Amino acid sequence: MIKILKYSFYDLMRSRWSFVYLAFYMALGFVLLFLNADVSKATITLMNIIVVLTPMIGTIFGIMYFYNSREFTELLLSQPIKRSTIFTGQYLGLSLSLSMSLIVGLGIPFLAYGILQSGAVGNFITLLLSGTFLTFIFVALSLIIALNNSNKIKGFGYAILMWLFFAVIYDGLFMISLVVFGDYPLDKFALGASLFNPIDLSRIMILLKLEISALLGYTGALFQKFFGTNTGFLVSVIIMMFWILIPFCLILRKARLKDF
Amino acid sequence: MIEVSNIQKKFGKLEVLKDINFTIDRPGVFAVLGHNGSGKTTMLKILLGMVLPNQGQIKIDGKDIGGTWAYRKQIAYLPQIARFPENLTVKELIKMIQDIRNEKGKADQLVCQFGLNKFLDKKLSELSGGTRQKVNIVLAFMFDSSICILDEPTAGLDPVALIELKRLIESEKRNGKIILITTHIMSLVEELAEEIIFLLDGKIHFQGSLDQLGKETEEDDLEHAIAAMLVA
Repeated sequence: MIKILKYSFYDLMRSRWSFVYLAFYMALGFVLLFLNADVSKATITLMNIIVVLTPMIGTIFGIMYFYNSREFTELLLSQPIKRSTIFTGQYLGLSLSLSMSLIVGLGIPFLAYGILQSGAVGNFITLLLSGTFLTFIFVALSLIIALNNSNKIKGFGYAILMWLFFAVIYDGLFMISLVVFGDYPLDKFALGASLFNPIDLSRIMILLKLEISALLGYTGALFQKFFGTNTGFLVSVIIMMFWILIPFCLILRKARLKDF
Repeated sequence: MIEVSNIQKKFGKLEVLKDINFTIDRPGVFAVLGHNGSGKTTMLKILLGMVLPNQGQIKIDGKDIGGTWAYRKQIAYLPQIARFPENLTVKELIKMIQDIRNEKGKADQLVCQFGLNKFLDKKLSELSGGTRQKVNIVLAFMFDSSICILDEPTAGLDPVALIELKRLIESEKRNGKIILITTHIMSLVEELAEEIIFLLDGKIHFQGSLDQLGKETEEDDLEHAIAAMLVA
């Protein structure tokens, strides 16, 4: 599997897209720090960008990569390698290279502006961690879409729709349901609903760590009340892991049954 | 030895393979023929485990291959369309396959034989169709596998490369390998194949030597014999 991972990673590095992504984050980091001057404030601004952008880039890259590497996959499938090894390797190769672009791209400007000397190191690491989680989750989800749709245009459409659903539509539906069912006790429902959206979950996770209750919002506040800050953080991390693990199992299942 | 029994495959409503049974128990060149869309490639991909049959069983050297993968070490595959990861160079691609298989193989010799030396540092996306096919041939034949599956191996090849390919197939045959080949070029079949497996309507319509085919269809040359079978 390490070999497949290595070659997927290598192939991606060659495609230059990883560098575009890295350069983009680096530019973003520098611009934010230039405008904010304060590392802690820049971290908070960055959160809002990360929770929307990393899922989007994970989704788009994920779907593009898996359609583009179909030849590579077919070549590997005719070799004496297990199917699960091929797909695990490719999934990890892509997710790791995107996460690395994120970490290095943001790491350089923040290090240059002295994040290590400020009190915001922990917050910054949480931010990168949640960005990495989101990358792994959305790459996995887009891979499931790619495996289920041989038509590229359809697959691409579904993938964008999936991102839109989690980033925008889900919150809209959530708000509507809160308004419509306002007469009923909705605490448990709201708490449960936030677990089913990795973007919401990562936002809560970061805000709990940052301890900014003003920005927590309804679900975040509920989360804090229900679990407390530390347990809340831990719970959100564990659920994020499930968000990686379950789609990953679905990928392996689909890959095992698919014709190439 | 390859034993194929009761293989069925549907893609949605389209039943491509209905009930395929055949056995290959000796080395040699076996031509899998049939009209376009008759399921030749599907059958070969089932042998490779790339397409999963709805029903049936395949045994290679007595072992059921269903759900296994290690047996692919014994199989060399030359796909119909030579498609590779575009960002790699020819050299890197060869190295990668060697690395994955943990075997050195005889890549250098084949690279020389097909005149690919000057393309080694070129990216695969920059190669012409014929050159890609040559790379494809090198990848397929570089390891000592007991079964070779060649899906339209002559596509895009120039006459020199075609002669080299035929030589290669002949020598692999002499080495006691089973070579399964699909092609629409009948002269190639006449030249190389000992036995024909003819697919029609998702079933094996005929399996036997070229002479037997001639007798059965009362035609002298292969092209007409095949055409007679398709019309009948």
